Amino acid sequence: MACGVLTPRGQPSGHGGPVFPEAGVIHVPGCPLLARPVPAGFPSPATDYVETRLSLDKHLVEHEDATFFVRVQGNSMVGFGIHDGDLLVVDRSRDPGDRSVVIAVVDGQFMVKQACRVPEGVLLRSSGPGHGDILVGPEQELAVWGVVRWAIHPVS
Amino acid sequence: MPIALIDGNNFYVSCERVFNPKLEGRPVVVLSNNDGCAVARSNEVKALGVKMGTPWFQMQDLARQHGITALSSNYALYADMSNRMMSVLSQYSPDQEIYSIDECFLGLDGFENYDLVIHAQAMRSQVRRWVGIPVCVGIAETKTLSKLANHCAKKSLAGADGVCDLTRLSETERSRLLATIEVGEVWGIGPRLSKQLADRGIHSVEALRRADPKTIRREFSVVVERTVLELNAIPCLSIENVASAKQQIMSSRSLGNYVYDLAPLKEAVATYVAIAAEKLRAQGSVAGMIQVYIRTNPHKEDCPQYSKGLTIPLPEPSGDTLYLTRAALWGLRRIYRPGFAYQKAGIVLMNLSDATNKQASLFCTHRENDRLMEVIDRANAIWGRGTLRSAATGVSKSWVMKREKMSPQYTTHWEQLPVAI
Repeated sequence: MACGVLTPRGQPSGHGGPVFPEAGVIHVPGCPLLARPVPAGFPSPATDYVETRLSLDKHLVEHEDATFFVRVQGNSMVGFGIHDGDLLVVDRSRDPGDRSVVIAVVDGQFMVKQACRVPEGVLLRSSGPGHGDILVGPEQELAVWGVVRWAIHPVS
Repeated sequence: MPIALIDGNNFYVSCERVFNPKLEGRPVVVLSNNDGCAVARSNEVKALGVKMGTPWFQMQDLARQHGITALSSNYALYADMSNRMMSVLSQYSPDQEIYSIDECFLGLDGFENYDLVIHAQAMRSQVRRWVGIPVCVGIAETKTLSKLANHCAKKSLAGADGVCDLTRLSETERSRLLATIEVGEVWGIGPRLSKQLADRGIHSVEALRRADPKTIRREFSVVVERTVLELNAIPCLSIENVASAKQQIMSSRSLGNYVYDLAPLKEAVATYVAIAAEKLRAQGSVAGMIQVYIRTNPHKEDCPQYSKGLTIPLPEPSGDTLYLTRAALWGLRRIYRPGFAYQKAGIVLMNLSDATNKQASLFCTHRENDRLMEVIDRANAIWGRGTLRSAATGVSKSWVMKREKMSPQYTTHWEQLPVAI
């Protein structure tokens, strides 16, 4: 766990009080500050510029409570760069737009498809060899389970 | 100030349906530990007259007839879905008390200028959309009344569309509504109290509300008096944002098969101690006593019955799994009798106190393995419970509970993710 221990700057610890007297030593999870002992000699010129290290989790997951991971099976979406075995990051909080790639529920089965508005209803498009499109007419209810935000594909 | 109670509908079943849409509209039950009894029922199952707690073996005929799907409890999934739901709901008020895995109170002080029904509908649709769980909302002046309002919302009484706001009703409307609800629906009024109240002619919620609080206090208790006051919109229970540290920590299960020998019982007890001690340390407490108990199946009347517990005071309060295990196993050896088919074992940690104020004893001979415990807890948090454990918990685990019908742990294990084609 990345923890920072905050001590007052410019004062050797043990003398002046902590920065926030009521809290004493403060552990800040995920805080990048001074995770190492403060050098006693010349202070590092970079300490004022320390920033949070990039987090892929934060980058890929916009709404934590509404985000689920789904595994792809088969190659029906190869044309969209989505391969067998890929990991999908699915956000249930987003509105599906026209041509969004979504997880749709068709006959109780999760399908990853591109949802396109057409005059006859919604067309769930595949783009792999031997995979046809599915037309969901206005009389049928299309259940969009979530919007696919990212497909994570291992390369090497 | 108005209080809302938000409750997930048939929560465990709803969690299962999020990842298995085929279960939508079909009768589904979720079974307790060891696939014993129904602990959650879909509306379709409720309509078949299956009561909460009905043993699965008694439902077999009905299940075949109506195609009931039975699932083992998937607690990892339910806990994650609960956290998501509570996190979404916390956006709707700074005052949140998480009351159980599927319900929370929200204090709505300062929301006077809001239309509370619209506010509640927004909660419902956001939880449904983001997490996939349908919820109902009850709003009233007190916690007890908001529980009741939630009941009305679920049963669509008072024209509720998943939301029931009792504060909108006139006094006459409120009387009329509460007169139709049995007193047993009131929070804290269990079957035994209901019967005692019925003996005094109190059958409906309205009758209890009209009862004299002082008389109720004399004849029952101060707790029931408080309930009467709460029913009269006088708040006695406040929203507790921070869960208070537990005074007791229990860990017990039904054993997977009947167990006859001491060795597997020891493994089971050691495992329960490890689970409870982890919770103990997580809340920063130490235990001053530990109780261990074992029993046969009381429903098998033709088999010889035995049930025994022993409470062991510890020379010094402890949070050390190894120390607590030694104490529990010492107790177990004293209560174990051969020749019985044991069906349940458990332990209770008692006399809990704050670990930081621990009093040292003059004759203390044991040293707490604080560092070791920290390492165990952290390793198990990363790699899963039981990764690091005492050898006393065993390797054979012939006694572990049955969870044969369990769905995948969709949100907590990479290899069990939902699949899309």
